[in-house]
Amino acid sequence: MSEQNKTWLWFHRMGSPAYFYNFAGLLLPWCVIATVILMLIGLIGGLVYAPADYQQGEGFRIIYVHVPSAWMSMFVYMVMAINGAIFLIWHIKLSDIIARSSAVIGASFTFLALATGSIWGKPMWGTWWVWDARLTSELLLLFLYLGYIGLRAAIDDRRVAGKAASILALVGVINIPIIHYSVVWWNTLHQPASISKFDNPSIHIDMLIPLLCMALAFKLFYLCILLINSRSELLEQEKRTQWVKELVTSS
Amino acid sequence: MLFRDLQIAFRQRAEIMLPVIFFVVVVSLFPLAISPDPDVLRSIGPGVIWVAALLSILLSLQSLFRSDFNDGSMEQILLSPYPGSLLMLARIVAQWCVTGLPLIIISPLLGLLLHLETHVNWILFISLLLGVPYLNMVGAIGVALTIGLRQAGALLSLLVLPLYVPVLIFGSNAVISAANDLPYNGQLLWLAALLVMATTLSPFVISSALRVSCSYR
Repeated sequence: MSEQNKTWLWFHRMGSPAYFYNFAGLLLPWCVIATVILMLIGLIGGLVYAPADYQQGEGFRIIYVHVPSAWMSMFVYMVMAINGAIFLIWHIKLSDIIARSSAVIGASFTFLALATGSIWGKPMWGTWWVWDARLTSELLLLFLYLGYIGLRAAIDDRRVAGKAASILALVGVINIPIIHYSVVWWNTLHQPASISKFDNPSIHIDMLIPLLCMALAFKLFYLCILLINSRSELLEQEKRTQWVKELVTSS
Repeated sequence: MLFRDLQIAFRQRAEIMLPVIFFVVVVSLFPLAISPDPDVLRSIGPGVIWVAALLSILLSLQSLFRSDFNDGSMEQILLSPYPGSLLMLARIVAQWCVTGLPLIIISPLLGLLLHLETHVNWILFISLLLGVPYLNMVGAIGVALTIGLRQAGALLSLLVLPLYVPVLIFGSNAVISAANDLPYNGQLLWLAALLVMATTLSPFVISSALRVSCSYR
């Protein structure tokens, strides 16, 4: 069998709920361990060893939560939209489950980014909220997430809900860059003296390494939650199938 | 199809007038709420008119596919040999003619009420001309997705309003720039680009979203 066929075979097998359920169960412990280790490294490195910022003092350390969650908020939306597209085109049910499980996690990351951002903003900028381009587009992203979740919750039939929500996610993906740049432009026209996030463009290596660790840890954390969520969603959706019945009776 | 929709729409004149009246009333509330001072009105005017236009389009969206959906002719339209996206485009154009167009025509009058200068008023008119069809089309996507749901109204605004933000920014910004004697071509070109994108892409999205919604019943 050629290499390409093997990849396709793997892809198709991953699409099968029973196979994915077991695979996710095997993967989960490793993910949790890696998340904990990376998060410890990142937190200790960031909170203890990294030097204090020469202007912001100790307050800057919130970026170890803030920046990774802001990155994740966009990453999760992309995952959601790509899985939505896969679901619409190839009707792979698993993609829909991944998209569905991702939505709430993504919204939480977005909210976390906004909350930590405004906690940081209070001592640094002297205000909880600025109509800054980044803040505004993050807020709009939160609205997009909420709309997605709301649409899913409003439709009872899961399959239809998946299709409708996937269409919405794709429309959102086309619009995210437009929204982002329009907000940037709006802001630059209105407030020429905007506060840039990092005063110096390059960031010290002792600060950067914990930050990257935290980013990776957040990504793995998302994977953990995603695996747990999608496993339970899978069981619920496939509750009438043979493999779930076997699973339940055997345990 | 276009003519059929227009005919049906003109038989219900009250419904046509409602969004326009809403538009006028909302705009006239702002001087009462904030200040009748011409300088203040001049500075908030473009934003007020744009937000009011956006809200009244949102209000009028609800009826877009409702009757066809309720009496089952939506299925027939989607099953017809003509491409669904083209028919949806015709429907949106008809909708725009009865809700968007009167609103755009009346907007310079409101600009006068808010003490906008003549050339600024022209820019307001052009920006609405380019922006309002976009609002109709993107709004129609939201309607197609939420039709047949129980709390459709609130959900519709949650889905659609974030997508309206770029048009709101570019539209009101063009007018403000014109009022301050700054170049406004860029914003207008952006509006035109968004309009072209919405015209080419949204009919397909709308017809597939309607197919999903119809399969739900």
